[in-house]
Amino acid sequence: MATASATAHDNDHHDHGHDHHELGFWQKYVFSTDHKTIGIQYGITGLIFLMIGFCLMMLMRWQLAHPGTAIPYVGNLLENIFPAQMTGGIMQPDFYNALGAMHGTIMVFLGIVPVAFAAFGNYVVPLQIGAPDMCFPKLNMASYWSFFVGGVIMLVSFFVPGGAAKSGWTSYSPLANIADHPGTPIPGIFGTDAVVHTILNGQTMWIIGMVFLITSSLLGSVNFIATIVQLRAPGMTWMRLPFFVWANLITAFLLLLAFPPLEAAGVMQLMDRLAGTSFFLPTGLAVGNQPLPISGGGSPVLWQHLFWFLAHPEVYVLILPGIGIIAEVIANNTRKPLWGYKAMVYAIFVLGFLSFIVWAHHMYLTGMGSKVAAFFQTTTIIISIPSVILLTALMLSLWGGAIRFTVPMMFATAFLPMFGIGGLTGIPLAFNAIGLYLHDTYYVIAHFHYIVAPGTIFAIFAGVYYWFPKASGRHMNQFLGKVHFWGSFITMNGVFMPMFLQGMLGMHRRWYDGGTTYEQISSGIAFGRTGLEWNQVISTSAWLLGLAQIPFIFNFFWSIWRGKKATDNPWDATTLEWDTPTPPPHGNFIKPITVYRGPYEYSVPGESKDFTPQSEPPSGVEAKAPAHTAAH
Amino acid sequence: MEIPYTVTARPDTGLWNAKLGIWLFLASEVMLFGGLFSAYIFLRLGAEPGYWPMGLLNVPVGTLNTFVLIGSSVTVVLAWAALKMRQFRRYQIYMAITVLCGLVFLGVKLGYEYPQKFHHYGAFIKKDSLPKYEEFLGNLHLAEKGLAPRVEITGHLHHEDEHHLEITLDPVNADPTNPENDRPRFWPVKATEKIAKIDKADVEFSGVFAPKHSPYFATYFTITGLHGLHVLGGVIVFCYYLLPVSTRLYRKNPEHFANRVEVAGLFWHFVDLVWIFVFPIFYLL
Amino acid sequence: MSAPTSSESNGHDVSHDAEHVAKHIKMYLVVGALLFVFTVITVGLSYVNFGSHHNNVIVGMIVATFKAGCVAAIFMHLWGGEKLIWRVLYLTIFFAIGLFALTYFGWVDPIPGTSHWQK
Repeated sequence: MATASATAHDNDHHDHGHDHHELGFWQKYVFSTDHKTIGIQYGITGLIFLMIGFCLMMLMRWQLAHPGTAIPYVGNLLENIFPAQMTGGIMQPDFYNALGAMHGTIMVFLGIVPVAFAAFGNYVVPLQIGAPDMCFPKLNMASYWSFFVGGVIMLVSFFVPGGAAKSGWTSYSPLANIADHPGTPIPGIFGTDAVVHTILNGQTMWIIGMVFLITSSLLGSVNFIATIVQLRAPGMTWMRLPFFVWANLITAFLLLLAFPPLEAAGVMQLMDRLAGTSFFLPTGLAVGNQPLPISGGGSPVLWQHLFWFLAHPEVYVLILPGIGIIAEVIANNTRKPLWGYKAMVYAIFVLGFLSFIVWAHHMYLTGMGSKVAAFFQTTTIIISIPSVILLTALMLSLWGGAIRFTVPMMFATAFLPMFGIGGLTGIPLAFNAIGLYLHDTYYVIAHFHYIVAPGTIFAIFAGVYYWFPKASGRHMNQFLGKVHFWGSFITMNGVFMPMFLQGMLGMHRRWYDGGTTYEQISSGIAFGRTGLEWNQVISTSAWLLGLAQIPFIFNFFWSIWRGKKATDNPWDATTLEWDTPTPPPHGNFIKPITVYRGPYEYSVPGESKDFTPQSEPPSGVEAKAPAHTAAH
Repeated sequence: MEIPYTVTARPDTGLWNAKLGIWLFLASEVMLFGGLFSAYIFLRLGAEPGYWPMGLLNVPVGTLNTFVLIGSSVTVVLAWAALKMRQFRRYQIYMAITVLCGLVFLGVKLGYEYPQKFHHYGAFIKKDSLPKYEEFLGNLHLAEKGLAPRVEITGHLHHEDEHHLEITLDPVNADPTNPENDRPRFWPVKATEKIAKIDKADVEFSGVFAPKHSPYFATYFTITGLHGLHVLGGVIVFCYYLLPVSTRLYRKNPEHFANRVEVAGLFWHFVDLVWIFVFPIFYLL
Repeated sequence: MSAPTSSESNGHDVSHDAEHVAKHIKMYLVVGALLFVFTVITVGLSYVNFGSHHNNVIVGMIVATFKAGCVAAIFMHLWGGEKLIWRVLYLTIFFAIGLFALTYFGWVDPIPGTSHWQK
């Protein structure tokens, strides 16, 4: 059967000389409806966006470590593109804010969600449940292209007059309503002056881009849930699902139900900017000592409620697919089943459910009363319990295992303490009294970055090294992988650990001068260094972290052609995706598949091999082709 | 391998794929309109007394639109039933009526209601200046009755110059102490001939009843606008189901086509459902 | 013109379906008429004075919920429908109510002095 896609390659890659399918180039590689191609499209695009977001951060780190000085090498280049925002090669405050807002937006919505959820989910989930494709392939394609358009809009927003959105990834009103206000003359790029009308300004384009991204996620989540419910192969009961599938199912529900209120809020903020409404603008608002000519009567806190109603479940969207990947890698590389699979499933249900009713812990300082604050503190503390259950089960899964430290396993093992640090440092933040001191400081940045950076991104790396052989038929180079791992692991801690200290000294998260003008940072000492000196440690670590990704990027592309050839099941794994040819053809399984076992039958006593694939029938029973409508 | 359960139901869930898909999508739509309704609740609770108007929308027209939409919900389910009973001609008739109802709804909204609003004018009077315009606001009378004060003078803009506004008054401002004007009335009463001259210095904010006029109109236009887009989307899909390409699908696989119409019908019922809530909260309450 | 063709494979009995649906036609028409009547009732009740405006809102919402329930149960085939759909809806309604309720309480329970007009 002709292979449809599956090489880890750029969108316009070449046919590998296999039999030609009837589909033309565009239908096969660009507007494909095959979940594997779409998964790879999401993966490549998402990884590129992750790199872009990372580069934005590296620029910001120069300004924080050496405030007010010109950026070497890159500064002049940027000055040519953004003359008003990088005058003399020095980052202007507005540009710093734009980089900060877009770093967050790009990493969360264009990087992590597309790679961890959409890319891995699309590629692996139908294979793991024994399905021929996603439930709605055309919808799947539409989801990818909606994401792509949203991403393009976000990138283009850097180049419109006034630059990209600069009101934080949280886009709080009233600043986000009036920033780069349409009708105001703002110096444009390449030295032109342009009166910005309506749509062509960064903040408005941010909202429009978000609408495309939200639509993409919503359509994608409908697809995931319908696929997992309806297209499980015969014998694939709920409790035989690989944990990765459970993680994606819950993630899809979070996206399905939490994103729409933000879409509603986005529409309202768009109306505020374009139609002059006052959804989020309070009565009596003055800008630059002039009262704004608006009706007023709106509420900035309303935006926060609607934004965080999504954004809290969103952070669970960021971590759950990662936990799913880690679970697969750990089970496979310890050669034993996951400890507490059932507990993990129940924990993830509870986690998903609770994640909808904790959102106002991001809003403790908005003036809410003590009863409401008490409610949210309680639910936030309770939600730490399922998270701990998940992490503990994964850690206990290591006990007594015959651990193989393959590159995916190294990332997975490192994930555990890193996610632990991230999670545990979140517990103080659950209390509004502590929020008074730590809200909007670098402590919060350190907390959540520990979860997404050495957390989810490590899980993403683990997933790439783990599933690369199935998608491309070749292994990635193990030595380069280990260099990538150690480089990333050490430098990530160098970046984020000192941020806890800075946060506790009182450093605010959006100061563009790194705290120079604040005595508690410029003179405050933590572990022998002032807050400013820690900036330099962090920035140097960040740049070294960037260098550490070079072996990965090189390895990724080099291995597609020159990697060691892989068998169909190089890791001796039990789950169904390894039951297919490499790379899997269109339709995935050569013959219809029946599932007889649970997902992690490793080292089963009495068996000859140390693993038994899910589709292998019990001895003495012949594998039967399922009846046409058979389902379990 | 073909994707299973596209037409026949999966035994353990009892659903075919698209039916589950549309219900999941509708769940997200509940949250979308839920977000907008929660904004409505929040803004309305936060509005100072007198700043959230009533009686500015045309109730009979809104009621008519409600009948039209409910009627179209009936016809779309009858269209689906006709398909299940393999009565294609009957299906086409009911589906065409549904499309017509949708277009009437949109026509009334975009052709009559919205333009009416854009010609209706209102001026919010500053708090300190309210006593000055008592003859148009009748706040003493309202305070006696324990009702919320009036802070806006509405009507049609007669004339505007640098310092003054002249408004041809609505009945409620022409005769503010008349008990009949205490609560909104069902049949809209024509604007009077009476003109009020208002100092611009006394005006907090004024304009036609566009979205930016007040949080009330902002929410009204946003919610009904988004709802209207959904109506339009439904109408477009139904038109597609009346085209020859759809007839061909019916001939090839009538059950599949019936399922498609059911899925579109579910979306349409949801749109009707949203309107069932939108109508009272903006037009009546 | 109405002969079924390829779709009733796999033992799915279309003729049974058609009978089943035919029995419901009358119900659809009756419910439609009921909804018309209740629309008139909605409008009428909004002009009755139930004490405070707050009470009028509650009455209006009860009637609207009843009408919406009819549409959902009968037209959308929820009554007697599949369990999975009900479960998805329970989850959705719970979170929608959570959004309304917690946002409402956030407004109703503020720190004194943080609203520009509420005492």
